[in-house]
Amino acid sequence: MKSCNSDCCVPCEADIVAIVDKCGRTECNLIPILHELQRSFGYISDEAMETVAAELGITVSQVHGTATFYTLLYTRPQGKNIIKICDSPPCHLQGSKAIQAAITKALGIEPGETTLDGNFTFEVVSCMGLCGVAPAIMVNDDVYGNLTAEAIPEILDKYAACSCCCGEGC
Amino acid sequence: MDNINVSIDGIQVSIPKGSTVLDAARAAGIYIPTLCHMDGHKPLGACRVCLVEIEGGRGALQASCSFPAADGMVVRTNSRRVHNARKAVVELMLSAHRQDCNACNRTLNCELQDIAKRLGIRENRFEGEMPPRIMDTSSPSIVRDSSKCILCRRCVEVCQNVQTVGTLFAVDRGFDTVIAPTAKKELTEAVCVACGQCVLACPVGALYEKSHIDRVWEAIDDPDKHVIVQTAPAVRVAIGEEFGLPAGSRVTKKMVAGLRRIGFDKVFDTDFTADLTILEEGTEFLGRLKNNGTLPMLTSCSPGWINFIEYFYPELLPNLSTCKSPQQMFGALAKTYYAEKMGVKPEDIYSVSIMPCTAKKLEAGREEMSVVNGLHDVDAVLTTREAAQMMREAGVDFVNLPDEPFDEPLGIATGAAVIFGATGGVMEAALRTVYEVVTGETLENVNFEAVRGLEGVKEAVVKIGDIEAKVAVASGLSNARKLMDLIMEGKADYHFIEIMCCPGGCLGGGGQPIPTNDEVRKARMEAIYAEDEGLPIRKSHENPAIRTLYEEFLGEPNSHKAHQLLHTHYTPKALWPTDVPLDEVKTK
Repeated sequence: MKSCNSDCCVPCEADIVAIVDKCGRTECNLIPILHELQRSFGYISDEAMETVAAELGITVSQVHGTATFYTLLYTRPQGKNIIKICDSPPCHLQGSKAIQAAITKALGIEPGETTLDGNFTFEVVSCMGLCGVAPAIMVNDDVYGNLTAEAIPEILDKYAACSCCCGEGC
Repeated sequence: MDNINVSIDGIQVSIPKGSTVLDAARAAGIYIPTLCHMDGHKPLGACRVCLVEIEGGRGALQASCSFPAADGMVVRTNSRRVHNARKAVVELMLSAHRQDCNACNRTLNCELQDIAKRLGIRENRFEGEMPPRIMDTSSPSIVRDSSKCILCRRCVEVCQNVQTVGTLFAVDRGFDTVIAPTAKKELTEAVCVACGQCVLACPVGALYEKSHIDRVWEAIDDPDKHVIVQTAPAVRVAIGEEFGLPAGSRVTKKMVAGLRRIGFDKVFDTDFTADLTILEEGTEFLGRLKNNGTLPMLTSCSPGWINFIEYFYPELLPNLSTCKSPQQMFGALAKTYYAEKMGVKPEDIYSVSIMPCTAKKLEAGREEMSVVNGLHDVDAVLTTREAAQMMREAGVDFVNLPDEPFDEPLGIATGAAVIFGATGGVMEAALRTVYEVVTGETLENVNFEAVRGLEGVKEAVVKIGDIEAKVAVASGLSNARKLMDLIMEGKADYHFIEIMCCPGGCLGGGGQPIPTNDEVRKARMEAIYAEDEGLPIRKSHENPAIRTLYEEFLGEPNSHKAHQLLHTHYTPKALWPTDVPLDEVKTK
């Protein structure tokens, strides 16, 4: 395990142990621990899973198997912004496929992929409880409903990576 | 204990409180199909094949393997509704199961096939997309074929809880689910000890041994090769099961005859080098006792155990006996002592072993297991199942074979060697010899009952002259782990510990006939001790062929030559790449 360095996005072992202690050092707290890791670091890294396994006295395969079971837990780095499109029957009937195609056209990525600049991850999910405004998407915690394909570019523009010279993605 | 009364298909049964509906049905003599259930393990409830109807409940069918039986409960197991539901469950499984049954190594011994037949499935009702096939042939011991897997998780249960190795687990969800090492790695990239307990647990053909059958036929068909075979102690009490004989049938001499029919030039016995192991390991043990060497000494016969300690307890490698396993001692002698004696060039000898084990395949391929010019000491390793398959292919009518003896001299062995096949056997064999060597007295009762039996951890204190030797025996890696943790915590004052990777010892090895369960293990164990009782010599140091070997070739136990040929070294292995650098855990 790497030790803590200036790169704040890389969880160090002490951070992970602190999360384990905060949630409670027992096997049944595995899911809260995974949630907390994702909240802190954006995803759950292999190293984090190994540390959690060692701390809880369970196997790495068990932690990994649990993390990969839940679609809302990420085991790989995700884009800065996560676009979720619902394809459950209400959204599907209201034309979610056309919305999906518009997003793919705008960003050049298929569901399950991340843009090269790391700005967007696109995924298809099950019902988000937004059937009343189907078809719907969420970008991070923002909801967009009653969508048409034409509305997509403008929405995505709000989250576009900064193209100024600072290189910070501001 | 309190009993409860349950009615199953109109049959009244009285069963202990805490039983499941499946237990009740079995008590009533009623068959309920199961796939994920394993006796002696907590219910998994994964496969849903064991559905039954419970009167007065919420109306849903229940999985009998996990549904608690209650007093006064009325259960139906044979209604049309139950039958149709079970059938649909199995049909859905079949829709994602590669059905090339004739080409499957589990054909006619497949639990899914058996249940499909019992349920009268005659067509594939649901045909559609199949999950992508993952064929993992990376391991020298075990093959994984995800296209056969029915996701019952029996392999997960044994890998995680019986062996505590934790290689296999369910990855991903729903249609994408695969049972695989972490991150769907291949077995060789993951931590796998190659024990093959997953193979025994698998109800279908999703996990099986890497076959060496073709290479053995090739060697037998090569007129320039002198092909010899050695047979491990546990094979002779199990191979009969492959031909329909009851578990525990003693078929040693039929097995020898069968191997001759296949075409081996000489049929020898791993028991010969099991006796040799006792001389080498016993001498090493006495040396450690006398010279304040590292104790407790740990046995080193079981290659799955060796893999386990290299991964999980590298700090304890100095405790491990340096003796090679009997298979590898035999291989080393085959290409030196035997080659010289026969006047055959080592490269013309093809050395095969029949093992109850899958990890032996990995062991034979370890690079340190070569004593002559980079040749493998053991060229091919067949499991008990593969040996039986070769006999079938050769048209051997096993049950009606005559009794034939092993070839000499590498087929001469004692009862002490036979019991290597059962947990506690190596310890007992060692005690028989160490006692007589130390005290100079004849051991009247050679049976050390305290180290026998299927119990996971056994202990005994044996008075050998002035020494009160404290010994322990464990089989199954979860039990081995308990003892290793005690040593690590400084709480173990044992002198000598025997560890066998597989529950019950080699008789329950991953290469043995399927099914292997506790009932079968017990029967094989009784047969092992009966073999021992039936042999004229029951102490390794009294084996005349071993005496000759030392006189003619090795000198004395632990001699320089013995060390060169019969002893080895171990290598710590990293659990995962980010773990402590290996240099830091190198042996003390």
